Order: sequence, then structure tokens, then C-alpha cells
Amino acid sequence: MEMTQNQETIQNHFFSDLSVMLGRSMRHIFRSMDTIITVTIMPIAFMLLFVYVFGGAIQTGTANYVNYLLPGILLIAIASGISYTAYRLFTDVQRGIIERFRSMPIAPSTMLWGHVLTSLVSNAISVVVIILVALIIGFRSSAGILSWLAVVGILALFTLALTWVAVIAGLTAKSTDGAVAFSYPIIFLPFISSAFVPTRSMPPVVRAFAEHQPVTAIVETIRALLSGQPVSHDIWVALAWCVGILVVAYIFAMRAYKKRV
Amino acid sequence: MTMIKTRGLRKSFGDHVVLDGIDLDVAEGTIFALLGSNGAGKTTLIKILTTLLKQDGGKAIVNGFDVASKPAHVRQSLSLTGQSAAVDEMLTGRENLIMIARLRHVKQPRQVADELLTRFGLTDAANRRVSTYSGGMRRRLDLAMSLVGTPQILFLDEPTTGLDPEARIEMWKVVKELADGGRTVFLTTQYLEEAEQLADHIAILHEGTIIASGTLMELKKRFPPAQVEYVEKQPTLEEIFLAIIGKKEAQ
Repeated sequence: MEMTQNQETIQNHFFSDLSVMLGRSMRHIFRSMDTIITVTIMPIAFMLLFVYVFGGAIQTGTANYVNYLLPGILLIAIASGISYTAYRLFTDVQRGIIERFRSMPIAPSTMLWGHVLTSLVSNAISVVVIILVALIIGFRSSAGILSWLAVVGILALFTLALTWVAVIAGLTAKSTDGAVAFSYPIIFLPFISSAFVPTRSMPPVVRAFAEHQPVTAIVETIRALLSGQPVSHDIWVALAWCVGILVVAYIFAMRAYKKRV
Repeated sequence: MTMIKTRGLRKSFGDHVVLDGIDLDVAEGTIFALLGSNGAGKTTLIKILTTLLKQDGGKAIVNGFDVASKPAHVRQSLSLTGQSAAVDEMLTGRENLIMIARLRHVKQPRQVADELLTRFGLTDAANRRVSTYSGGMRRRLDLAMSLVGTPQILFLDEPTTGLDPEARIEMWKVVKELADGGRTVFLTTQYLEEAEQLADHIAILHEGTIIASGTLMELKKRFPPAQVEYVEKQPTLEEIFLAIIGKKEAQ
């Protein structure tokens, strides 16, 4: 009886505890705006490089290369953005503040959710900045409000899935470098996908990989949505990848959190 | 009332036995010092008592609740001050305290924060980021954060390690005040002097077991009677340091 009462009080506080945790890591973000700038500048540099340097030589079959490129650039931005979640979590573990939270009567997952929601907000900021730059250099979209909402939903899901992967890295890393290094292969994935060039130009083995990894399905879906084309079955493949990664990463992250002392 | 009670507590990491049957009793409102050298298992014991780690065997009861079966109740009874100052460097001192106060669901978080800032002499630094604090200030903020919400039992894991002598004496004063106010304090230390100064009850942890336990007087009685020798008393470096900086005398 006593036990159930206690569990009730803890659950009643879940959202207020979560808002404290979210407020905490949002402060971290806004007090280190350089992290958001860093995350935003690299994808913008790639975008400019591909549009103004390589773009002329790339045959995509579409007239506007910025339109073709943007979905992949956004994924690169998110992939590098989540590494800061890993970094912040790793710092919490190092400084021992995680032990303080774990020894307090608060729901164990609030601390992690605070970091994860913060990641959503900070990545949303970077994505908006990059889209603004893309508009300046010629990005145009005929997508309606529903298509835009679908794009937002897919990007949010992709961010959530990758952030939980970042949580695992942050909790289990032995060093700051280790906490951040996991994101390098993820940042690299868009380059071996249809993000920059159509997969049909690739040699068979590379092409097979490119066409069966998550980024291609996500990029194709977002590209179709933004250009007002009908989305193919790619959207289901994209959603399956995101939800699958999200569920598996969440389970392992919670396990790592409970084990980490 | 017994606030902390363990019977046959055991913990191993792989083949390495860290705790090999620990029996302890800590009475309410007392200061209990666990003495032991580095790696003796003091932190492991604290982690089990504060629900951060599960024991392999034996029982641990904190404030009447079993740490293994009722961890949520146990967490409500205690606060932990770990070995490294568990403070948020990106936040200010005041924000750190308000954060903990809100997580402990105290009625007026700001007021509680201000009271603790005053009490620990951090009012002037309250709105500065903790990354600019000295080691002693961090430690004081760390302890202040542990006092939010008036938990009945305070676990202090080597609270004075890395502090300068002045800050250490300051810390001793605070810990004594806490116990005088009815709190139970469980602290670990490597310093014999610290245990002598503070503790109502001392236990010595060595190779996984408690090899001696009792009040300072009881422990002294168990050793051969002191022989009287005349030795010229040299001031310790600590006494010299304190005399020179003209601050409080060592007690």
C-alpha cells in the first residue's frame, strides 16, 4: 500500500521534474550558443560547396540542385547536432551530478528525457537556420502545409532516434572523444546515399548499400514531400528505420542509465 | 531509533570481494564516521545505502526501509554528497539550488535557495556561474544542495578531500551543526583526525569487513594504556598556517 502511494507521488511529479530537467539543459544550450553555430556552419558550408563547386558537374535530373540537396544537408546537421547531447550527458556523468539525481526521489527517466527534448529543440533551431540559408541561395518548395508537417514529423522522429543513440554513447563513453566519435559514421552516411548524387551513378556494391540504408529512404521521402511529388513506399521504409532505431536505442539507453554508477 | 542498519552486507566486482559481511548500526541524530584507506570499499557501501548500487547479499535498512525493495522511500529519506562536487557548472549557484529545490518539491524554492546561500556564505557569488567558483566554494554549494528539503540522513563521501585546512574546519563546523539539529550524518574519511573531531561513532573498514567499531573512547580503551612520555610539542604545519593567516584557531 505504502509502496503504491509512493509510486503515485513520483509519477505525479514526472512532468514538473521533466520541466526542471529541460530548463536545465536548455540553459546549457543558450549559454553555449557556439555549439549551435558549430552544428549549423558545417552543413551550410557543405551546401555551398556542393551547390557552387561540385553541383555543376552533378546530373540529378532536376533543375534546382539546392532542392535536391537540402534533405541530405538537414540530416547531416542533425547527425552532428546529436553529438552534443552525448557530450553533455558524458559531462554530467563525469561531474557526478547524475549520481545526485539518481539518489533523489525523481523518476529515473526524467533526466534523460530532459536531454532528449533539449536535443529536439536545438536541432530544430539549426534546421530552421539552414532552411533560411537554402532559401537565400535558391531553394524553392511547392509543398503544402500538410507536406511540411510530414517533413517536420520525419525530421523530429529521425532526431529522436539518433538522440537516443547519442544517449547510449554519452552514458557508456570512457572519454569526451569517445562520447562524440560515434556520430562521425552517422554524419558520413548521407554521402553514401542519394543525398548528393543519384544512386544509379554508383558501382553495384556501393549502390546496393546506398539504396538499403536508412538515409536514402528518408532523403527520398523528404525530397518528394518538399517538391510536391507523390511519396513512394519510401516513407514506410523511412518510418520503419526511425521507429526501429528509436525503440532499440531507447531500451539500451535506459539499461545503460540504470547500470551506470 | 536506528536510522541505518546493515546485516551481512556483501558486494563483489567479479572475483574481487569489496564488502564481505558488513554489520552496522547508526543511531538517529549522530555522526557516524567510516574510516578506511583508499579502495577499502567505503564508496561502495555508500552507493548501496543510497540505492545507486545493488548488494549481492545481506540486508540494508535506511530510515526503516529496505534499500533493495523500497528504493523510492529510501531516496526520500536521504541526500548524497559524493566525492566530486556534484554541481552544475553552467548554472549559477542560485540556479543550482533552485533546481534541486524544485526537484525536491519544496514550497518556496527561491526562498530556500536564498537561505542556504546566506548560510554557506555564497550570497555574493550567487549569480555567478559555478565554473568561476573555487574548490571550497563548490564544496559548500554541493553541501548546500544536499540540505535542500531537509532530508533526515546525510551521506557525505569524503567531504573534505581536496579542501584547504580553513575550508575543512568550516566543513566540520557545518556537519556538527547538522547533527546538533537532529540530522543523522554518515560520512567516510581517510583522515583519522576528521573522525576524531566529528564522529560520535567510528567504524574502521578494512579488507571488506568492519575490524573495529565504537565511540572514540571505546576504541581507545581497546588499545594498551597510553604511556606517559615527555616530548616537546612542535606546532603542526596546519597550526602554523592558521596562525599566519590569522583566522580561527584549530579546535
